[in-house]
Amino acid sequence: MAVRLKPPAKGEPYKSLFQIPREEWFVSGHRLCAGCPVGTTMRLLTKVIGPNTIIVNATGCLEVASTPYPYTAWRHPWLHLAFENTAAAASGIEAALKVLKAKGVLDKDVKVVAIGGDGGTVDIGLQALSGMLERGHKVMYVLYDNEAYMNTGIQRSGATPYGAWTTTTPAGKKWRGEWRPKKDIDAIVAAHRIPYVATANPAFPLDMANKFKKAYELTDEGPTFVHVLIPCVPGWRIKDNMGITVARLAVETGVWILYEIDHGVFRVTFPVKRRKPVIEYLKLQGRFRHLTPEEIEKIQEMVDKQVEEVNKLVGKEVIGPVEK
Amino acid sequence: MTLAAKEELRVEYKKPRPLSTNSAVAHAVKDLDVDVVAAYPITPQTTVVEKISEFIANGELEAEMIHVESEHSALSATIAASLTGARAFTATASQGLELMHEILHIASGLRAPIVMSVAMRALSAPISIWNDHSDVMNARDTGWVIMFVSSAQEAYDTVIQAYRIAEDRDVLLPVMVAYDGYVMSHTMEPVVTEDRDSVLAYAPKRPFPYKLDPDKPVTIGVIADPDWYYEIKYQIVDAMRRVPQKLEEADREFGKRFGRSYGVVECYLCEDAKSLIVAASSYAATLKAVLPRAWERGLKVGLLRLRLYRPFPEEYILRHIEDKDSILVIDRAISYGAPYQGPLANEFAGLLLKHDIKANLVSVVAGIGQRRMVDEDFMKLAEIAWEARISKKPETIFYGVRA
Amino acid sequence: MSEGVRLLKYNEILPGGIIDEPGSSLKYKTGSWRALRPVIDQEKCVRCRLCWIYCPDAAILEVDEEYVTKKGRRYKISYKVNYDYCKGCGVCAQECPVNAIEMVPEPIGGEEQ
Repeated sequence: MAVRLKPPAKGEPYKSLFQIPREEWFVSGHRLCAGCPVGTTMRLLTKVIGPNTIIVNATGCLEVASTPYPYTAWRHPWLHLAFENTAAAASGIEAALKVLKAKGVLDKDVKVVAIGGDGGTVDIGLQALSGMLERGHKVMYVLYDNEAYMNTGIQRSGATPYGAWTTTTPAGKKWRGEWRPKKDIDAIVAAHRIPYVATANPAFPLDMANKFKKAYELTDEGPTFVHVLIPCVPGWRIKDNMGITVARLAVETGVWILYEIDHGVFRVTFPVKRRKPVIEYLKLQGRFRHLTPEEIEKIQEMVDKQVEEVNKLVGKEVIGPVEK
Repeated sequence: MTLAAKEELRVEYKKPRPLSTNSAVAHAVKDLDVDVVAAYPITPQTTVVEKISEFIANGELEAEMIHVESEHSALSATIAASLTGARAFTATASQGLELMHEILHIASGLRAPIVMSVAMRALSAPISIWNDHSDVMNARDTGWVIMFVSSAQEAYDTVIQAYRIAEDRDVLLPVMVAYDGYVMSHTMEPVVTEDRDSVLAYAPKRPFPYKLDPDKPVTIGVIADPDWYYEIKYQIVDAMRRVPQKLEEADREFGKRFGRSYGVVECYLCEDAKSLIVAASSYAATLKAVLPRAWERGLKVGLLRLRLYRPFPEEYILRHIEDKDSILVIDRAISYGAPYQGPLANEFAGLLLKHDIKANLVSVVAGIGQRRMVDEDFMKLAEIAWEARISKKPETIFYGVRA
Repeated sequence: MSEGVRLLKYNEILPGGIIDEPGSSLKYKTGSWRALRPVIDQEKCVRCRLCWIYCPDAAILEVDEEYVTKKGRRYKISYKVNYDYCKGCGVCAQECPVNAIEMVPEPIGGEEQ
């Protein structure tokens, strides 16, 4: 359909990519690596949330690449304070907006969106995030997860998956890449009983746009959280044109399950009838190049277990078996 | 004399009430109609925030209290709120001030017009909940305006003056108001509080001029490469230069409206004095009681009470020290391994050198971890200051340590 | 460091290095980064919008330019590459469902075609 469509009303989902507004709010000229899906994600996020929003951003790839003085790629009001305090800063802005409105100084409704990488959210930023969620600040938090401290040169984080090479978990004689599983930040966030938690993926832009929209609108009720998987060209050792393809394979292999927890109700938003074997995902990434067939089998088992748990939670097989 | 002039001269009696310094600070926050308070409890600051919570709970102050989960988050939230156009406040001490240390630099770097009260307390390790100045001294190079106060009344008044200075377009720097923990924070003194309208007339809200606002989007908190970083930090150097003058004006205006003023530094029994003791906060208050007795014994020792500490009020200090034979600087923090092992002593040494002042400098470190200092000890220091006119004492005296 | 920007004095910079010009990064043309450039075949393109969605740099523009294919198919919009910013990552070519985008080597010396 080569026709531009009206954006959906509040509470209504996007039905077509042609409802996404054309105007750019995260503009060209930023210094993100060529092919970085963070660019894709931020362009979409800033279009969905609309201009009446203040953005807070943690130190990391996005912050550094988008605001080298005197250039800024942002057209929203934007604040960066430090690495681990994005949620605290967002809490401060939200509180200020609330009281200024109550005192009659501010006459419009402005929302707050916080953006942080896996380092700044899952590790060093976890305390501030937990505090913000627990206190119920009406902030939408977007976690862009490239599964390591990428901005400082690919060091492991709590979000680094099992088996991945990073500079601090290299593969050699004694170590075989990261030996611990990826921290389940979504479960931790969901344990705060907030109105909305979701996983998203830039290779599924309509699903991602809808999650952004829902998370944004549900800040009327409390904090919301969207966790986006971001393949990283230098960090995952993939070709610079493969970011979206690799992201898609994460879903198709069951490594990344697209779901939402809407007021406590768990729902898989992209069911996968027949899963691709995990090796299809791993073989495109240099960070997994060192893995032996046994190690890949172990990863396949971990994915199978994850899929089994989700199917049990939903009560039916939403993610299907591996198609050999 | 006209009726109007008579009105101006009339000093209205305002009934004081018994408040601890912590309570006095909380009252100032209330009377300033602060919008956002984000704080984390730490001895001996806790009752500041407890009192503010009470005011909000009773509807006496309309403010958002963010019950943050650490001091690092407390300062972060306070800065962010101020950059959104709200009048924001936080309070801490000791370990809390240390935990927020990286954010202190960010507060001044981003020119956040905030005020923070510090109930000064010694630093761990070993852990100590008792009073000395090591926490604030550790923050002296963070680009904050730092003021020491010596009474609960002065704390109340200074928090009000602090917002007027912080929010001034020509300043835009965060301000720390520091006082001795426990000794002042938890001690009742008579304090006159003012009504909110008068306070707001004196210190009207001047929101951050480049606040976060969808109608006028700004990017705050950039990364600055070597072509830009220096100039942006130099802005703080430049803003600091204007502060002593701004404080003098603010303090004078405060005196006109409320009948109380303190100056940038205070010199007590300074004229005719041949020797000076430099002290801040509660020690200065105690010295005011002890020094008259020293004079009775022929020790002409005056007190230079440090009120504004950062920026170092050079010009104002110079007015009082040029004719003195000795200057004894009391430090309540240790600058380990430094030429003088007290931070203030090193700064006064610099001042004397810069202006070719011939007074003998004595560096005294005292009251570390609230080591007991009573009148007799201060009299002893007056004696040491007096002796130092003729016999130099080049090494730092660690007064009161069992060594 | 800062190419082609006048280095301002401390008092010419807003407090704390605040940038009050939204989207000023448009002044920084990242097109010089690329080694390959995408070429869109307007005949093959079915106007699915995916390249525009995926481009991390907003370097694919959706323009209200009508196009009629040789077979008579009429489109109301077209997609054009903004070579000022395109970094040549090739995601557009990789994701195009009808292979309408080809990555070709950037001419030596980077001359505009």
